[in-house]
Amino acid sequence: MKVVLEHLTKIFPSRNKKDKNAEVVAVNDFDLVIPDGKLIGLLGPSGCGKSTTLFMISGLQAPSSGKIYFGDDDVTKLAPENRGIGLVFQNYALYPHMTVQQNILFPLQNLKGENRLSKEEMLKRTNEVAKLVQIDEYLNRKPSELSGGQQQRVAIARALVKMPRVLLLDEPLSNLDARLRLQTREEIRRIQRDTQITTIFVTHDQEEAMSISDFIVVMKLGVIMQTGRPQWVYDDPANLFVAKFLGTPPINVFKGTVEGEKLYIGGQEVLAVKGAADQEVYVGIRPEGFILKKDGKLACKVSGIDVMGRDVSVVSTHTSSVNPLVRSIISSDEMGNISAEEARFDLKPHKVFLFNRETEQRVYFGEQNEAHEKMVAEMKEAGQYYVHEGPLPREADDAERHTEAEAPKGFFAKVKSLFKKKPKEAPAENGDMGSENAEPSAENADMPVEKENGESEAE
Amino acid sequence: MEKTKQAKTPLTKMEKKIRAKAIFNRWKAWLYLLPALVILGLFTVWPIINTLRIAFLNDYNGLMEVGGATFSVGVKNFATVLKDPSFLTSLGNTMLLTVITVPVSTMLALLIAVALNSIKPLRRLLQTIFFLPYVTNSIAIGMVFMAMFNMVLLKGHEPISLGIINTIIEAFGGTRINWVNAGSSKVANMVVLIFYIVWNALPFKILVLLGGLQGVNKQYYDAARVDGASRWRIFWRITVPMLSPMIAYVVITGFIGGFKEYTSIVGIFGDRMGPVGADGSLNTMVGMIYDSLNDGSQGIASAAALILFVIIFIVTMINLYVSKKKVHY
Repeated sequence: MKVVLEHLTKIFPSRNKKDKNAEVVAVNDFDLVIPDGKLIGLLGPSGCGKSTTLFMISGLQAPSSGKIYFGDDDVTKLAPENRGIGLVFQNYALYPHMTVQQNILFPLQNLKGENRLSKEEMLKRTNEVAKLVQIDEYLNRKPSELSGGQQQRVAIARALVKMPRVLLLDEPLSNLDARLRLQTREEIRRIQRDTQITTIFVTHDQEEAMSISDFIVVMKLGVIMQTGRPQWVYDDPANLFVAKFLGTPPINVFKGTVEGEKLYIGGQEVLAVKGAADQEVYVGIRPEGFILKKDGKLACKVSGIDVMGRDVSVVSTHTSSVNPLVRSIISSDEMGNISAEEARFDLKPHKVFLFNRETEQRVYFGEQNEAHEKMVAEMKEAGQYYVHEGPLPREADDAERHTEAEAPKGFFAKVKSLFKKKPKEAPAENGDMGSENAEPSAENADMPVEKENGESEAE
Repeated sequence: MEKTKQAKTPLTKMEKKIRAKAIFNRWKAWLYLLPALVILGLFTVWPIINTLRIAFLNDYNGLMEVGGATFSVGVKNFATVLKDPSFLTSLGNTMLLTVITVPVSTMLALLIAVALNSIKPLRRLLQTIFFLPYVTNSIAIGMVFMAMFNMVLLKGHEPISLGIINTIIEAFGGTRINWVNAGSSKVANMVVLIFYIVWNALPFKILVLLGGLQGVNKQYYDAARVDGASRWRIFWRITVPMLSPMIAYVVITGFIGGFKEYTSIVGIFGDRMGPVGADGSLNTMVGMIYDSLNDGSQGIASAAALILFVIIFIVTMINLYVSKKKVHY
């Protein structure tokens, strides 16, 4: 089932009715086409509106404006139970008083009229779905007797049993431990392939989204930043936010300048950038975009080396770097080229992304143009091309990063800031340690405690 | 060997101090509990033991014991209680009131709690209104009820005063009923009592159930909605099981409270425990215990109290047994 979102917007009214500015725009004019039978990952930092979008698709939250279509049906006003969706909650929401079987049966027992199945059919369907998610051994257990991963699969089974048109997963893996997470995400992928149900999957973990999605939708503050095949979004980010959000270790960002089709970082010419106009830029360099060379153009101060087996991560600093540390990943064979203090790198042009310093939008150069156009053509054909154009939405703390921190305004803010500084000046550890030591050793308990108290009072 | 040697050497001042402190630390919890323990022992534990003792002393009388009389040990008190015709009346009344009021008030409280939980406007106001009986004196409420159901007639005349209930009945074209006055039927009396007890029991139950409801994760309801469950099914399959610990608590305490019913009858009918001319017809177990105490027969009162205790104990055990199977913690 194709899912189409048209100008979808969700505004949460402010608690304080007088203050109009306090209302929150969780999802802002959201346009998206989700093709039939695909797995889509909604990806973004917490608070970007991805769960709200999911809940609007499910019908549990009503959009403030905009339309939702399943195929050709307008379901915007339809109640959740009539939409034919399966929803898996972040904490699974399995009914704790029912067994696994009763949990999975529950949606079937709610069917009415001609859709209602006979008891044998219900049990048959339940068993089929349980087999699909591999929990058929545990049908008679209560959810509390299952592990997190098993509970997760029961939740998926409950969502699948009524054969939904669309399967919605809200951060389905965030409550699992690392190993289980890997395993379960493969499982979700397998189940989705087997059932061919259009699946929308919300996560803040970019690795998770990239590994199992057909397409990812990167969101920020309720706005789509970029959509596309995961690898494309990684290789061809449309703006600085997308570049920074995808990839582990994260992309390295430098302040740089383009002059005469040459890129300068910290006054040093580092790369020829054909076709880029003169401007101030942010330079994003993927960790794997560095080539270690004795006479490399980018000189960094080495502060440490993390050996990760096959690869080596060189941790260094650079005066023009926006992040405190520059992380580069090189093959361990090249380790010999690092001196104790300085590492010099050349850059791989296709791993270097330029972003205008003002707009933070991508500035293409050289061969990147061709690659970009090829991708765009392909994505447009798939109906999946969407890149945010125009000014990027900015959070309050974003603004702070760009301008110097302002002095606190108003009396209370000033007082607050005074209190914030205090603990740094007066080392609090002294007092704590003293009293801790004094407690267990009763021998000369009285003396040091008194002394410490006296000191702290004097302060 | 080393240790014993050390212990024999005289303790230094510091060591003595440490030892005293250690001993103090070991016993300080009991020291702090002492006032409470003394008072509880004196006014709760001892009376319970004394009741047991008195119940098994034949023809016990407190004044005579002070005077130096001794009593033989036996079960004569119990026999007296069981043979007393008012015992059967009291037991019957108590059972009837409890068996009817506990389920009725629990169901009503559950419905009201669910309704209160699902509305936003007026919720606080309604909560306050429902909670009012809890903070009002039950004798006072009883007197108001008596006024509401009252009807004073003179022979061959129009009624001198007519309570609001009868006024309403007449306004709808019914005939007035003698609820609580002289000559009223026992059925009418019981209806008034049940009405009163249910109303009086609601606030506490609503409070507990509403608290339980607010603790239920909203996501279960979202999940049930997505799964297409009707309101009725959500209520029976989600709400009731989720609230089952609270429901069990309310039912068990309701039964215990029901078997101790006394004040409601005093409030409406006064301490003659029945309408004028039918004294004692509405007596309950606790009422019977009071009567015996007033007669100076503490032995019989103690025996009746023990019988009541056994009944409550058995009923609570049954409750717990049922709830173990039906309650989902």
